[in-house]
Amino acid sequence: MLKTNRLLLLIALLFAAGIILSACGSSNEDGSGEESGGETSDSGENQDGGGDSDFKVGMVTDVGGVDDKSFNQSAWEGLKAFGEENGLEEGKGYDYAQSESDADFMPNLNSLVKADYDLVFGIGFKLTDALNKVAGQNPDTHFALVDAVAEEDNIANITFKEHQGSFLVGVAAAMKTESDKVGFVGGENSELIKKFESGFRAGVASVNPDIEVDVQYAESFGAPDKGKVIASNMYNSGVDVIYHSSGATGNGVFAQAKDIKKNDPSKNVWVIGVDRDQYEEGAIGDDNVTLTSMVKRVDIAVQEVAAQSMNGEFPGGEILEFGLEDEGVSVAKTNEEAMTDEMVEEIDNWKQKIIDGEVEVPSTEEDLEAYLDSL
Amino acid sequence: MGILDILQSIIPPAMFFSAPLIFTALGGVFSERSGVVNIGLEGLMVMGAFVGIVFNLTFADVFGAATPWISILAAMIVSAVFSLIHAVASVTFRADQVVSGVAINFLALGLGVFLTKQWYDKGQTDMVSQPFYTLDIPVLGDIPVLGPLFFQNMYLTSYLAIILAVVAWYILYKTPFGLRLRSVGEHPAAADTNGINVYAMRYVAVMISGAMGGLGGSVFALTIALNFSQSTIVGQGFMSLAAVIFGKWHPLGAMGAALFFGFAQSLSVISSSIPFLEDVPQIYLLIAPYVLTILALAGFIGRAEAPKANGEPYIKGSR
Repeated sequence: MLKTNRLLLLIALLFAAGIILSACGSSNEDGSGEESGGETSDSGENQDGGGDSDFKVGMVTDVGGVDDKSFNQSAWEGLKAFGEENGLEEGKGYDYAQSESDADFMPNLNSLVKADYDLVFGIGFKLTDALNKVAGQNPDTHFALVDAVAEEDNIANITFKEHQGSFLVGVAAAMKTESDKVGFVGGENSELIKKFESGFRAGVASVNPDIEVDVQYAESFGAPDKGKVIASNMYNSGVDVIYHSSGATGNGVFAQAKDIKKNDPSKNVWVIGVDRDQYEEGAIGDDNVTLTSMVKRVDIAVQEVAAQSMNGEFPGGEILEFGLEDEGVSVAKTNEEAMTDEMVEEIDNWKQKIIDGEVEVPSTEEDLEAYLDSL
Repeated sequence: MGILDILQSIIPPAMFFSAPLIFTALGGVFSERSGVVNIGLEGLMVMGAFVGIVFNLTFADVFGAATPWISILAAMIVSAVFSLIHAVASVTFRADQVVSGVAINFLALGLGVFLTKQWYDKGQTDMVSQPFYTLDIPVLGDIPVLGPLFFQNMYLTSYLAIILAVVAWYILYKTPFGLRLRSVGEHPAAADTNGINVYAMRYVAVMISGAMGGLGGSVFALTIALNFSQSTIVGQGFMSLAAVIFGKWHPLGAMGAALFFGFAQSLSVISSSIPFLEDVPQIYLLIAPYVLTILALAGFIGRAEAPKANGEPYIKGSR
């Protein structure tokens, strides 16, 4: 009897201790949270001091991982640069959580929130739903979503003016083509990819309205075989510059262009890359079929939003559009042989016109029609 | 666009699209003819693509222009060994062959992506410097009409695929080995009574399917994708499986089905420049291959009859 009583007492004590301790824990956490909030806003006003190290920023990758040579990598580089700039420590001040599948999004987001990260990035439109849910449950944490628009007020939506960058590569394509036929290969026929297409076609037409643009959608971002069939058909029909906006499907476009170049190095075949500088992909012997690339600077956007959040100016619920004026999108000039001075000059001209607002680049099919009519 | 121009735009792409499917489907025919269902073709292709790319990247400097050929050989060997997992599980341990095949699919993709990460420290490999290139066949390419259609801008691997399909047909239908292999898939007990080692035959058949799947995957990687990532092989293995069934478990039928898929795919892309097809919304042409497969299976080519003992583990002494 006595023994069981003691046991019960012990258990009761344990529970009581547990409750008290956990209460302490939460109040501590609250306190430190407020503290860090206060300190960060302080440092924003005053100077960069030890207060910065309390700011924690993390990101959850898409399934690509931080070394995918694309979005996730770019975002992670931005975060690292931000961390180094502000004296944060990797793993404590800034960190990433890798998603191996769509099912990892929620647990990854939650674990970063639990670890008291002040700002959590979700990289890629696939995280939209997961981010919406987690942000709704954690109204005090700041979130940011790259490449899509979410609903919650504590999510900053980072988007890019892809149509502007596409316009400029369209200018490059129009100046490079000798057959007056260029091509566009899209991944999926969606609103996002339409932005690329509209900008590209507008850019081509701005240089020469008589150039024909052949547009094809592969209806997949992961079908290099379809990309290759499409590219083969386009090059066959006289197209000599193809702009692809189709993820891994574009590998097939590169494969076809390189094959043609290999068999006949004098032939005029070019590919325009997307999202990052795809110069490496175009290398074939001493030649390179990558004319240029439409680069999305996710790193710059990530740094910008992280800095705003740290300084207490978090743009929650807003839709941020990074365009040419803030280097959010740009045109790669790595292939110096192919990009003549004349082309670079022309591109810079148009870039200035877009930044100055002289040219309004269309981002939808309707806007494009209106734009083409106005030429 | 004249009819010749159209054919010239359709046939070469159809050929390079089909070749990997033909290789893999032939592997599927061998495995299923011996009575082992092979859902794992997709995984075997992934393995082949991975090994083909890694080998090519590593040894491009050593073997020079011969690299792609040696790469596909390496891919065949590694995939054949890899397929032993399926053989051991489904033949020796009589596991459910569908489950074991699915496991192969998961395992191959996971392993490929994991090792890419370990070895290259990134999510996808670089592009290979020594892929296959198309070429014009001398003499034959000069034949009027037929030359440009079938012998210009072609990959040698496409011809290899067709040759291997004929070889597979010969082996399965004209040699004692083929007869034994088929008998094991139709009635293993009877075959066993006649002194054929059922387990050994099935092991060999599964390993052949592994080698062919590896060949298909590596050819896909070295002609089309040029690098390896998690999205290099997505669904090609299952299309091959469909080709096996569409082709009624016959090597030449499977080849025909794979060519048909390639042809339909190519046609859907070219259609925008063909007079009477340009008004058809592209989406219908994109789904055409799959719809036609269903229609074909539903009755046009007659019932597709699987080998009798397909999918059933053989237990010695049972009846």
